[in-house]
Amino acid sequence: MAMVKERSSADRYKAGVIPYKTMGYWEPDYKPKDTDVITMFRITPQPGVDHEEAAAAVAGESSTATWTVVWTDRLTNCDVYRAKAYKSEPVPNTGPGTKTEQQYFAYIAYDLDLFEGGSIANLTASIIGNVFGFKAVKALRLEDMRIPVAYLKTFQGPATGIVVERERLDKFGRPLLGATTKPKLGLSGRNYGRVVYEALKGGLDFVKDDENINSQPFMHWRDRFLYCMEAVNRASAASGEVKGHYLNVTAGTMEDMYERAEFAKSLGSVIIMTDLVIGYTAIQSMAKWARKNDMILHLHRAGNSTYSRQKNHGMNFRVICKWMRMAGVDHIHAGTVVGKLEGDPLMIKGFYDTLRDTHTPQNLETGLFFEQNWASLKKVMPVASGGIHAGQMHQLIHYLGEDVVLQFGGGTIGHPMGIQAGAVANRVALEAMIMARNEGRDYLREGPEILNKAARWCAPLKSALEVWKDITFNYESTDTADFVPTATGSV
Amino acid sequence: MMSNHGNRITQGQFSYLPDLTDEQISAQIRYALKNKWALGIEYTDDPHPRNTYWEMFGNPMFDLKDPAGILIEINNCRKTFPNYYIRVTAFDSTAGWETPRMSYIVNRPKKEPGFGVARTEGPGRQISYRVHSYATDKPEGERY
Repeated sequence: MAMVKERSSADRYKAGVIPYKTMGYWEPDYKPKDTDVITMFRITPQPGVDHEEAAAAVAGESSTATWTVVWTDRLTNCDVYRAKAYKSEPVPNTGPGTKTEQQYFAYIAYDLDLFEGGSIANLTASIIGNVFGFKAVKALRLEDMRIPVAYLKTFQGPATGIVVERERLDKFGRPLLGATTKPKLGLSGRNYGRVVYEALKGGLDFVKDDENINSQPFMHWRDRFLYCMEAVNRASAASGEVKGHYLNVTAGTMEDMYERAEFAKSLGSVIIMTDLVIGYTAIQSMAKWARKNDMILHLHRAGNSTYSRQKNHGMNFRVICKWMRMAGVDHIHAGTVVGKLEGDPLMIKGFYDTLRDTHTPQNLETGLFFEQNWASLKKVMPVASGGIHAGQMHQLIHYLGEDVVLQFGGGTIGHPMGIQAGAVANRVALEAMIMARNEGRDYLREGPEILNKAARWCAPLKSALEVWKDITFNYESTDTADFVPTATGSV
Repeated sequence: MMSNHGNRITQGQFSYLPDLTDEQISAQIRYALKNKWALGIEYTDDPHPRNTYWEMFGNPMFDLKDPAGILIEINNCRKTFPNYYIRVTAFDSTAGWETPRMSYIVNRPKKEPGFGVARTEGPGRQISYRVHSYATDKPEGERY
């Protein structure tokens, strides 16, 4: 800042190339305004590049800068439009003496006027637009964002939200149960609906299309929708409960998606789904459609691990959680802790808090770098899916709470006594564990005992506990906390 | 007779478990009170999954904090409507919720005939479904 002040304007805008730091993108004295968007990046500078210059470059390239001085800046109120890097600090456990090269956490503030209201596409075109390919940084990861209330209020938010979803389904006080139809690919519509019927009748609340079930030669979408709704209605009559099947409307064009969504509506489905890979704008469009048509919108996070898993480059999934809550989905897959997919318990708590709380305080342990007021945007229901089974019920409730969809795909359909038995086992395990929790028991410790007791009168649960008793997925997470209790560098 | 697990309607938090004893009901009441939720008792002889508004056995008990007192009310309802569905609902008034947080069945008719599915076929293989409760073929009060 001092350097900038010493330069005359004429000097500053002389044609040529000057460091970003001296162009106005590094302002260590800057105090972010309540209306600023704030980002936090993990930067690995190229060898020989000063970290403050790297932070300034990221600020510049994600806002107004180009590589050289342009006189046309002087036609604008350019100080407002320049993003300001105001802090850069070394990441714990990186640099000399560790196995990871030196990284820095850089904090950057953006004026509200840099962004179009209600557009994730516009927000992300700046924040993760060009800057990730920038040569002066060796690797770059967007760790977290603080979205100002003023900007949040320009977004619809979840079409339905946890509260209204539960009221519509008439299901309170326990996690919802789901399953993904397996095998993912190859079943005909008629065979597919059989799996849906058995699982719902057995006791699940939802069954789900998988992310890549769209309209393939083995099963076209209309066929799937018709057979699934037969299954849903039959199971609803058999149980007296509201049931649903997430009909995946993902398709090649918006027109196709709207057509599929309208058909799902005309059949009386309570829920549809789509995939993250359709893109931010398409997701926002489907969220608006869902709000208008009283439909719950489930989002499968297909594709996210291509950029969210490695710790030094890409973006943290908590940022996706924030964007998707703004974009307006009602469900999103957010990790299981104990299942087969990536997920450190503390990191996953951070994702779940981001999706469900009305206000999240700063909490470095769970990776939440900023306090975030959610400005009454509805709550998103997280979905835990992938390699979980009834024998883990105590752990699942302990880590994930009760506002979550627990999806036991293999854990239902793979049951030795059949799909209905698999669903019964999951539902009995769930209800027994919720009852024990409410009674004030130390259910995490006593979990196996609680399950075994219920298995004495529930043969399907007994069989499930027997088959999957030794199944755990204990691999080290790659995306872990940088701060207490165990700080780690990236791998 | 219903053909599902337990031959019964499975609405509510605990329908897959054996019927709750008074002791178990009291434990759930204590959990709700600990969370500062108000308990309400509702009954019906029309358990259609979309029948939201069961009859209230009085207003939710916002000021009653004694689990024993609430259990007495539940038992009064059971005595008055022994052959009805009765559920206990916990209402949360805190910001961001303002909705039921618990709901569980504490009484049910001896016989539960369940529901049938009526199909109306339309164009393009489309079917309109109506889930129909056999019990509601009879007038209110004479169903179970």
